[in-house]
Amino acid sequence: MLKTMSSGSKQPIFRFLDEVGRISSFTGRFFAEGFRPRYEWAELLRQCYVIGYRTLPLVGITAFIMGLVLTVQSRPTLEEFGAESYLPSMVALSVIREIGPVITALICAGKVGSSIGAELGSMRVTEQIDAMEVSGTNPFKFLVVTRVMACTLMLPVLVVVADFISLYASYVGVNIKDVVSLELYYNNVFNSLVYGDVLPAFVKTYFFGFAIGIVGCFKGYHSDKGTEGVGIAANSAVVVSSLLVFIIDLVAVQIADILGLT
Amino acid sequence: MTGIQPIDHSAGPVVIRTHDLYKSFGKNTVLRGFNLELHKGENLVVLGKSGSGKSVLIKCIVGLISIDSGSITVFGKEVSELDQAGLDAIRVKIGFLFQSSALYDSMTVRENLEFPLRRHGKGMSREEIDRLVIEVLESVGLRHAVDLMPSELSGGMRKRIGLARTLILKPDIILYDEPTTGLDPVTGREISKLIVDIRQQYGTSSIIITHDMYCTRIVADRILVLSDGICHAQGNYQALSSSEDLVVHPFFHSI
Ligand SMILES: Nc1ncnc2c1ncn2[C@@H]1O[C@H](COP(=O)(O)OP(=O)(O)OP(=O)(O)O)[C@@H](O)[C@H]1O
Ligand SMILES: [Mg+2]
Repeated sequence: MLKTMSSGSKQPIFRFLDEVGRISSFTGRFFAEGFRPRYEWAELLRQCYVIGYRTLPLVGITAFIMGLVLTVQSRPTLEEFGAESYLPSMVALSVIREIGPVITALICAGKVGSSIGAELGSMRVTEQIDAMEVSGTNPFKFLVVTRVMACTLMLPVLVVVADFISLYASYVGVNIKDVVSLELYYNNVFNSLVYGDVLPAFVKTYFFGFAIGIVGCFKGYHSDKGTEGVGIAANSAVVVSSLLVFIIDLVAVQIADILGLT
Repeated sequence: MTGIQPIDHSAGPVVIRTHDLYKSFGKNTVLRGFNLELHKGENLVVLGKSGSGKSVLIKCIVGLISIDSGSITVFGKEVSELDQAGLDAIRVKIGFLFQSSALYDSMTVRENLEFPLRRHGKGMSREEIDRLVIEVLESVGLRHAVDLMPSELSGGMRKRIGLARTLILKPDIILYDEPTTGLDPVTGREISKLIVDIRQQYGTSSIIITHDMYCTRIVADRILVLSDGICHAQGNYQALSSSEDLVVHPFFHSI
């Protein structure tokens, strides 16, 4: 139904604005319908499991490599200034404030965003969403609201796990040359961290999760007929949500700056 | 309408009435003033060429597609004026068999069948649900498929599972979109007989969209030919099969 409204003009700028408008009204619908009964708890839990648990190995491995590489590569520079003792806190700062959230979000945009886009897209194409609707179940609540909520709730969890794994990897990296106890290492890290480092970084992960969920669902839910539409839905879900992650990151930095949280 | 006299089926009350229905997609006008009445307990077959708007018609009836103008009443309620709750209440009473079966890919056959029950069969016990699932599966002859995934089923099996899912809530009205298309003649006949049985057993009223003349012959109380967006002709099988009308004739004499 929505389709008939759009795709009228061919100019890219109008297509872009049209798309922005449609995503906005989709988001509006999420807030209008998401917080009214009936709540789909069982499906929400299942989605949290799917999104959180199944992405964990990938996020874990990436986080470990990231922490290790960052540590090993930063060492020579710091050594030049005779500042190796700052290595743990420097790595911790970059991981917790920036790299952890952004890399985790990008991995989720790739893995979760595309799978939501493809799943809902194929459900749209094969009329499963229509079937759900005529069976008296609100497909928007059952499919979209649960997935967006699950993304929003699970991304921060994944980021926290990724941060810890990265820090552990960094500890391993430090120990390649020096010998530092885990306790000393973590003391060093946590003494250097202040509230202003952790809080904005944590808050923005909710927005990352929300954006990934909304974009994936939007692309799938309104995908075009035909199997081609499924591929396009999955693909553009990844592209748009990755881009949004960076934009949100940029905005978050500005806001944190204005609020004096840096 | 051409010269064919509609036979009188106004015995039962009208359960679905569409009046002066218009629907277009962009420049493509699909329905242009379509009228239809479905009476309680009646099997109404809708014939029409591919792309004539048969699927669009029944999707309008359940509110999946919004109409441009005209009126659709189901059980006396105007569909376009219902809010979500009202629409859901009506949809529970209508079974819809999709042309593409539309089974939920991520669920097993059992979960597919349980899905409507869990949402509308309030307070049903585990045993009751199991019993109903097996019952409908037996009625479509696919009891053994209960734990398969939809991707493991053939096209005909999917169709039958789709039918089982439609039946499980014992709807008052069933809309069948091409129930026998893509099936071998033997299975097609079984489904046609099943449609007759369902009406006998539950007293359902149905709209059946089909190209299958065997199916039409054994299930139809009344046949309606949809052409150019209007009801071109209607009548019973005998009346229409002897029609010389250029649109009606080819359906009955294709060989
Ligand atoms: N969602 C839609 N958007 C745009 N056009 C549509 C849509 N659905 C159907 N149409 C158009 O409406 C017309 C009727 O389609 P419909 O699916 O009702 O045909 P049908 O009579 O069911 O044919 P078939 O026997 O092949 O299933 C077609 O021309 C189709 O292109
Ligand atoms: Mg059709």
